[in-house]
Amino acid sequence: MLGVLRSKVAFRANHAWGLEQGLRAIASRAFSSSTKETMTVRDALNSALDEEMSADPKVFVMGEEVGEYQGAYKITKGLLDKYGPERVLDTPITEAGFAGIGVGSAYYGLKPVVEFMTFNFSMQAIDHIINSAAKSNYMSAGQISVPIVFRGPNGAAAGVGAQHSQCYAAWFSAIPGLKVLTPYSSEDARGLLKAAIRDPDPVVFLENELLYGESFPVSAEVLDSSFCLPIGKAKIEREGKDVTITAFSKMVGYALQAADILAKDGISAEVINLRSIRPLDRAAINASVRKTNRLVTVEEGFPQHGVGAEICASVLEDSFEYLDAAVERISGADVPMPYAANLERMAVPQVEDIVRAAKRTCYRSAALAATA
Amino acid sequence: MGSWLARSRNIQYLLKRNICFFDKTHSLLHANSSYKTLPPYETPHGFCASVLSFRRSESTMAGKQAQADDDDGNQSIEFPGGRVGFTTEMDFISEVTDKRVPCYRLLDDDGFLISGTTFEQPDRETAARMYESMLSLQIMDTIFYEAQRQGRLSFYLTSTGEEAINIATAAALSPDDIILPQYREPGILLWRGFSMEEFASQCFGTKDGRGKGRQMPVHYGSNSHNFFTVSSPIATQLPQAAGVAYSLKMDGKEACAVAFTGDGGTSEGDFHAGMNFAAVMEAPVLFICRNNGWAISTPISQQFRSDGVVVKGQAYGIRSIRVDGNDALAVYSAIRAAREMVVREQKPVLVEALTYRVGHHSTSDDSTKYRSVSEIEQWRSTGNPMTRFRNWVLANGWWTDEHETELRGTIRKQVLKAIQVAEKTHKPPLEDLFSDVYDKTPSNLQEQEKSLRETINKYKQDFPADVPL
Repeated sequence: MLGVLRSKVAFRANHAWGLEQGLRAIASRAFSSSTKETMTVRDALNSALDEEMSADPKVFVMGEEVGEYQGAYKITKGLLDKYGPERVLDTPITEAGFAGIGVGSAYYGLKPVVEFMTFNFSMQAIDHIINSAAKSNYMSAGQISVPIVFRGPNGAAAGVGAQHSQCYAAWFSAIPGLKVLTPYSSEDARGLLKAAIRDPDPVVFLENELLYGESFPVSAEVLDSSFCLPIGKAKIEREGKDVTITAFSKMVGYALQAADILAKDGISAEVINLRSIRPLDRAAINASVRKTNRLVTVEEGFPQHGVGAEICASVLEDSFEYLDAAVERISGADVPMPYAANLERMAVPQVEDIVRAAKRTCYRSAALAATA
Repeated sequence: MGSWLARSRNIQYLLKRNICFFDKTHSLLHANSSYKTLPPYETPHGFCASVLSFRRSESTMAGKQAQADDDDGNQSIEFPGGRVGFTTEMDFISEVTDKRVPCYRLLDDDGFLISGTTFEQPDRETAARMYESMLSLQIMDTIFYEAQRQGRLSFYLTSTGEEAINIATAAALSPDDIILPQYREPGILLWRGFSMEEFASQCFGTKDGRGKGRQMPVHYGSNSHNFFTVSSPIATQLPQAAGVAYSLKMDGKEACAVAFTGDGGTSEGDFHAGMNFAAVMEAPVLFICRNNGWAISTPISQQFRSDGVVVKGQAYGIRSIRVDGNDALAVYSAIRAAREMVVREQKPVLVEALTYRVGHHSTSDDSTKYRSVSEIEQWRSTGNPMTRFRNWVLANGWWTDEHETELRGTIRKQVLKAIQVAEKTHKPPLEDLFSDVYDKTPSNLQEQEKSLRETINKYKQDFPADVPL
């Protein structure tokens, strides 16, 4: 199961406890002091699921192809063999059905992790997510809590067309009663998924298919089975002083690339990895904007009523006097996602778009749209 | 082979418990658990076991094929899903059966036991309590409905005509069984001890109810009574019941999940998902469909074209039975048996209870707009579930008219008082606006509450004086 992890582990000199934790968490590993451990997002999610299922017998996984097929994207690989069919359930093709079953089992004390093959299919179950999972604790006056996690890939992949590419962050984040998380790196994936599973409230966990295969460095602390990230706290991925760029999920990587390009032009960008869309870390965003006085929001989803709109409103309400320029919102195009590769590229934000927008907030002239 | 116990009316009353023997001497209850050997497609006495079988004038040929597959490998074919016999006769399964699935009943229209029946009957105490609860439910419904008409309540819906389903089911189940209601099953809460005061508190949205004023009237819920809070979207509770049942199964508890729906609810996608899933997962769910003829203004003929709901059970591989929902004895007997099966065999069972929705759908509905008053009145009088059961308990000497008159007065007073008290009770305090959104109230809501209180203090005249802060 955890054999998917590489056999070398890095230790920080000042984490003496790391040795013990490392031994406890992963049985068979050789230790090397020089190489930094890296981990793919896929493995990060898999290991997080594995550890949480091991720690709490009430946690179980459910979804299409999660068992015998090892997961449509192999996130649940090895879990069926380790935990058996009672805790890794292959379901018939009915999102409404298994979301309902998940909610019902959560009502009565289990902790389901429900996988949607993509969140596009969650729309077939959205009544259960919103009207049952999100609102039950409130409507039942605290009698029915729903410790459920809905997870799966969200947003655009590559060449999958309109019905497989929508981003649902804005929709779910509008709902009181839900928590919405958007991991970027492997550290995010591990820490946030563990936090989500342990949380007594219903959590929508939006992953990204294209990030599954990406590797990120992970410290021993991250690899520890007790590692957990707080929900509702953003991370400053890169500090800067000229412009704040907020992003989540795959766009964090794009924002970081844009920051590199901007640095060459003498613009120091601060990149915020939101990690949590609901609750949104307004404090961190506003603190950053008060420092840089400029803001660019980046998201893949549709522009109207998007995450960027909410961030703009928050900054206008709390930090209006600090803004030196209008806020720039970057989002996906206001069209259903086309299939052809050239059209698809035009429908999602690119690094250049972020660079241009950041420059505009810094009063550097830059064309609005990509015409090249 | 059938040991058919024919009993006259008189002798029957002297027996404490009657065990029902079916054609093949399978008894359903504890003593011999030989019902376990019932093959899934065979059904107890009186049932049309071959509802979906090949029915034509040359039916013998089809019958032979079905039996031949075991004997001779050439007579059957292997496909994913198993071995299936084949035929060279092109034979469509008819969309209508010449005989509808018969309905299990014990009492006739007037409440007299149909001779020749043997069944598990409730004892004196239970039966009296059942009738008393049906009375309470009826009186509660009448008075609350009136209160809404008078403008004292915003909304209400009654269970008029379905008292037998409500109470007999509740009496037949164990208090450990988890109920996932639709919304026309408050009788179950009543049976389990929910008081008139608690009903009133929820309907009036007062601070005393365990509902904290969060929901519309009749959306009761109580963990301690194992009754999940009523949720308005139709049929969502069906797959959820499978989830609850799965949880019970993993815990190894001797209890089941019981999910209710109406005839209209069976059209929802969730009905299909819930039934299919429960069958596949072998989840101990008892699905009870109250087929009362109407889904608001939609009659059965516009809801589905199948022979009601009972036939759908077999389509999912779920054992099913059709029962006279206005016959409290039959409902009690059938639910006892069904529940036993669900818990013992750890698989779902479907019960279709045929009944009639005598009242309007709710206080937002005037059903005389789409059905005749004479139809409603006819159902209110003939075959009325309360009258029928009443005649039975009377005949047993377990009830008297005097007791009923006295009881009606007492219950009526109790309900009226509960309403009067609830009307005057304060609504929930301001903090209940913000609590329970999440497990712990988040900082933004704490700030909003603080800000709201400051605003109220500053502009007291703009806010109602009788809402507690």
